[in-house]
Formats: sequence, C-alpha cells, structure tokens
Amino acid sequence: MDRDEAFLQFLLRMGDNTLILGHCVSEWCGHAPVLEEDIALANTALDMIGQTQMWLGLAGEIDGGKSADDIAFLRDAWDFRNVLLVEVPNGDFGRTLMRQFLFDAWHLIMLGRLMKSSDERVAAIAAKASKEVTYHLERSGDTVVGLGDGTDESHDRMQQALDYLWPYVGEMFSSDDVDAEMVAAGIAPNPADLRDEYDALVGRVLTAATLTIPESRFAHKGGRDGRMHTEHLGHLLTQMQWLQRAYPGATW
Amino acid sequence: MNNEWPLWEIFIRGQHGMSHRHVGSLHAPDAEMAIKNARDVYTRRNEGVSIWVVEANNITASSPSDKGPLYEPSESKVYRHPTFFDIPDEVGAM
Repeated sequence: MDRDEAFLQFLLRMGDNTLILGHCVSEWCGHAPVLEEDIALANTALDMIGQTQMWLGLAGEIDGGKSADDIAFLRDAWDFRNVLLVEVPNGDFGRTLMRQFLFDAWHLIMLGRLMKSSDERVAAIAAKASKEVTYHLERSGDTVVGLGDGTDESHDRMQQALDYLWPYVGEMFSSDDVDAEMVAAGIAPNPADLRDEYDALVGRVLTAATLTIPESRFAHKGGRDGRMHTEHLGHLLTQMQWLQRAYPGATW
Repeated sequence: MNNEWPLWEIFIRGQHGMSHRHVGSLHAPDAEMAIKNARDVYTRRNEGVSIWVVEANNITASSPSDKGPLYEPSESKVYRHPTFFDIPDEVGAM
C-alpha cells in the first residue's frame, strides 16, 4: 500500500466515523425526551457533520478532486470505513449517550495526538474539532454519570447499554497496514497506543456512574477496514442517501 | 412525586463590559447541567462570553397587584427625572 492510498483510508476512517455517528444522532431531532436534550443532541450531530466535511473534503482532494458530498452520498456500504460502534442503532436515550461517551473519549484522545500530526491539514482539522469534542465528552460523560448513578431503572438501562456496546470498543484500537503507514509518516498515532489513556478515562467516569465494565475484551471488527459492516449500515444509508440516489445532482 | 427537572432562569453576558441579561429559561437536573443546556440552547450562535443560571425558585418577584403602591407614587414627580439639564453635544449619547 503506498502512502497516498493509506492517507486516503485514514481520512475516510476519520470522516466516516463522524458522518455515520452524526447521522445516527440526528435521528433524535424532534424525538429526545426533553427539549434541552433534543437541542443538545442536534448540536452534537451538526458538529460531527461539520467535522465530516473537513475530513472527507480533504479525502476528496486526494482522491482526484471529489467533493465531500460525493464521498458521503455516492458510496455503498462496503466502501465505508467507520468503526462498527458508530453504526449500532440508537436504542434508547441511555444507549445513545453511552455510545456517544465511548466514542467521544476515543475521539478526544485521538484528536489530541492528531494536533501534532506531521501533516498541517490534519493538525488544523484536529485542532478545530478538538474544541467541539471536548464539550461533547463533557456532556456525554456527565449524562452517563447522571443516568448510571440515577434511579434503579436508569442504572439498569445504562448497565445494559454498556454490556451491549463494550464489544464494539476494541475495534477503535486495532491496527493494520494503513496505521503502520500513518505512523511511519508521522501523520497519525498507532491506535493501540491510545488504549491505556482511554481505559483510565473511561474507567474513571464509569466508576463514578456506578457501572461495571464487562471483563471480556472480545471485539467485533470489520468496519474500519470495510471487510464486514453490520446489517445496520445499509439501512442507515438508504435513509441518508435516498435524495441523491433518487435525484442525482440535486442541489438547493 | 414530581419527576420534572427544576426550572432555571438563564442570564448571558453578550460582550465584555456589558451586564448579564435575562435570555429565557430551561429545565435541568442541576446547576452544572443548566449551564450546559444554556450553552446549547442560547449560545449556539456566538451570543455570549459568560452564563449565569439561577433556579427560578430562588427568584423573588414583585406582585402585579402591588403595582399601584410600588410604582404610581413616582408618576407625578417629574422633578425626579434629570430632564431639566442642557447636555452639551460633545458629551454624546447618555
């Protein structure tokens, strides 16, 4: 794999994570339990779509002058490079916030490393996104603690959410040829090297939330290399892409 | 049992040097979340540099029925208003 191809894969991984999670979170718009959370979730989703424009915009430049929209709306499921965690359906409000927290914690640590990237464009995107994600993590972390250490019902739901989502955490720290090439170029860190910091951060918050981290380190994989997505991604894309599919080139 | 979150009144300072201004209210479980909710509900478009939140319960308001005794006595006393001075143009807006 040459460096340009690896760089493109890396950018798709970053951009697809925020694109797919941003879309999932946007599904709450108008449905959240209270107005304040509805607005906050929509803001989070918009932040992530904004970050997607930067990552996929850069990916498009490298990939022969495509636009971020081309990449977002005209690829099929097997071309996506997001981790499986972000395509797991929302479930209830608690699971949505648990998924957000587990992703935000990885995201903020990752962006912190990318701010020191040897590629100035990557460092600039990371610096901008990092401010938004600092807030996302503060909010999702506080909500996980509030619900985990809340009523019996909210505690049980958060523990179920954690049990369900934990097997999707490991994929964020897996490495392959793309990562090796990015490490060699000084563009991005080895994902495995983020794990200790992640475990410390997540452990601290989940302990405060009176939740128990499952012991198994089993990890579902296949999203970030596109080998095998879950069945959920295809359904999600039919919603997200239908307009460009039905009316190619439509603009407003 | 009341399952509703308490109501909070939100005050935002728009720019340095200006005072905090009441912008509205929202619900939140505690003061920290009220600040976060205020950030999402009221400062999304760069409206503020500082947020105050006050639980609405803690605000004591004057009663509308006291309007007469509280405010009317000042209506007929124009001499309380500093409107009888000529202000030089150089002073500008007051």
